[in-house]
Amino acid sequence: MATSLDTPRAQAAASTTGVQRLSRPLGETGKYLVLALFSAFFMIPLVWMVSTSLKNAEELPLYPPIWIPDPIRWDNYVTAFVEGSLGGYLWNTVVVTVPSVIGAVLSNALIAYGFARVQWPGRDYVFAVVLATMILPDFVTFIPLYLIFRDLNWLNTYYPLILPIFLGSPFFIFLLRQFLMALPAELTDAAHVDGASELLIFLRIVIPLATPALAVVALFQFIGSWNDYFGPLIYLSDVDKYTISLGIANMESAYGFSNFAWIMAATCMSILPIILLFFFAQRTFIEGIALTGLKG
Amino acid sequence: MTAAASSFRFSSSRDRRRLATGLLFISPWILGFIVFRVYPFLASLYYSFTFYPVLRSPRWLGWDNYVNLFDDPRFLISLWNSTYYALGAVPLGTLFGILLAMLLNMRVRGLSAFRTIFFLPSITPIVAAAIVWLWMFNPRSGVVNYLLSFVGINGPAWLGDPQWAKAALILMSIWSVGNAVVIYLAALQDVPRELLEASSLDGANAMQKIWNITLPMISPVILFNVIVGLIAAFQFFTQVHVMTDGRGSPADSTLMMSIYLYQSAFEFFKMGYASAQAWILFLIIVVFTMVLFRVSGRLVYYGGR
Repeated sequence: MATSLDTPRAQAAASTTGVQRLSRPLGETGKYLVLALFSAFFMIPLVWMVSTSLKNAEELPLYPPIWIPDPIRWDNYVTAFVEGSLGGYLWNTVVVTVPSVIGAVLSNALIAYGFARVQWPGRDYVFAVVLATMILPDFVTFIPLYLIFRDLNWLNTYYPLILPIFLGSPFFIFLLRQFLMALPAELTDAAHVDGASELLIFLRIVIPLATPALAVVALFQFIGSWNDYFGPLIYLSDVDKYTISLGIANMESAYGFSNFAWIMAATCMSILPIILLFFFAQRTFIEGIALTGLKG
Repeated sequence: MTAAASSFRFSSSRDRRRLATGLLFISPWILGFIVFRVYPFLASLYYSFTFYPVLRSPRWLGWDNYVNLFDDPRFLISLWNSTYYALGAVPLGTLFGILLAMLLNMRVRGLSAFRTIFFLPSITPIVAAAIVWLWMFNPRSGVVNYLLSFVGINGPAWLGDPQWAKAALILMSIWSVGNAVVIYLAALQDVPRELLEASSLDGANAMQKIWNITLPMISPVILFNVIVGLIAAFQFFTQVHVMTDGRGSPADSTLMMSIYLYQSAFEFFKMGYASAQAWILFLIIVVFTMVLFRVSGRLVYYGGR
């Protein structure tokens, strides 16, 4: 997990590497120029989204585009709730996301423990199968899955979106297994000698130690469920059951250009929980992402 | 002999107990594997050889779906579009991902601010991003052409022009490169500093060090990202579905394999035909992954860790 990027060691590494030669004033300016250009590229869509969400309908088609609306129309956000039934979409998304996060943490922790801390014959072969399923595209399996859920009469319910998550996902199993394998054996040896059951060891010793890794799983699942479009698209048919991604796409196609300001307000509101989460848990995010790539 | 035999039996009963414990822990995965992976995988293979209008039961056809697909101009277009998109978005994403990570890995003031700015787009919900970009690409009042006008470029109609629509999607894909930047940055920080220092003493310049040390050291991470990126690119769906109302317009120029597959299944209700499309998509992904592993065998350096 120790991949923090702001450590003194990392700073020192950066300062003593080949950079020195480049760090003449010209190279220095060029570096910040490129970084600033890319920052603009990354930020402009987000700034424009916020700016548009506060515009008058008359300001929308203006060219050159207006960046600071006058007057600032905060009431677009009210319109998004009243006209666009944003509140319903947000609530539906919470209803799907919360159990999904719980399911992902519970199931993947159990499964990863079985692969990381219990020695059983054939374990590594089975784990290879887990890894192999990662390249199986969702587009190959979705038609039979859709038909299964249809036959269960679960179309237009949230079960197809939530229940599969309670059965683990290869990516999270992989991530947690790496973390659990790195915990020293001595941590659980004493408990084993005392005759404690694996379940007790799992719950009392390993789970508390694995909290940082479980937080990564919770975060990724939250974002995954919150942002999901394809699942709700194929399984939900009543508009009042739509989750936020589907709801916003629906607003975009149902209302035209003249309503675009409050549609952007709704879009801002859909991103807000993710942005807030990011700022509260930035470290977990960055370390989690770094972990996914490095141990691959 | 008896001692050995009994100890063997002891260990095998212990093995059995451990096997039971292990299987109990992974039992949710076993259930999910059978119900949500193996069964749908085999079922879609079977459906791909059938005529299956969704409300009636499947009827065996043999290879007809596959033969018909390669006579279907829209399928061939979707094959071309997906390949075009993947071969545009993945190399560009890799290039910019590494470039930005290298810049951030130099001594940079405000590192965490830059990292946040780069990273935010990649956690923005795809639908939200798609809607924002849809209007930014608007040929008349959009921000993209407005900004291009500052450097004297009269921008194209982007998503309204079959010649430019895929380019617009690739440009948009670079916007969410931040995820890869974070991964590459972490990898760069694991490159042993002694190696770079030693080569400095030997008189290597910055380019030589990047080419001979940094890139080989992070090559396993590059391979991982390229494979993940390629698999995702061939399943590219949401942006196109939102930005073109599910049509892959204009003139099928953004009709990705995933979009046409979705249309076959849920607009034309041809589940067998759609399954055959899914299997071709799967085979393409498998072939690309295998080729990448094969080719990269010579290029990727695994001694770094």
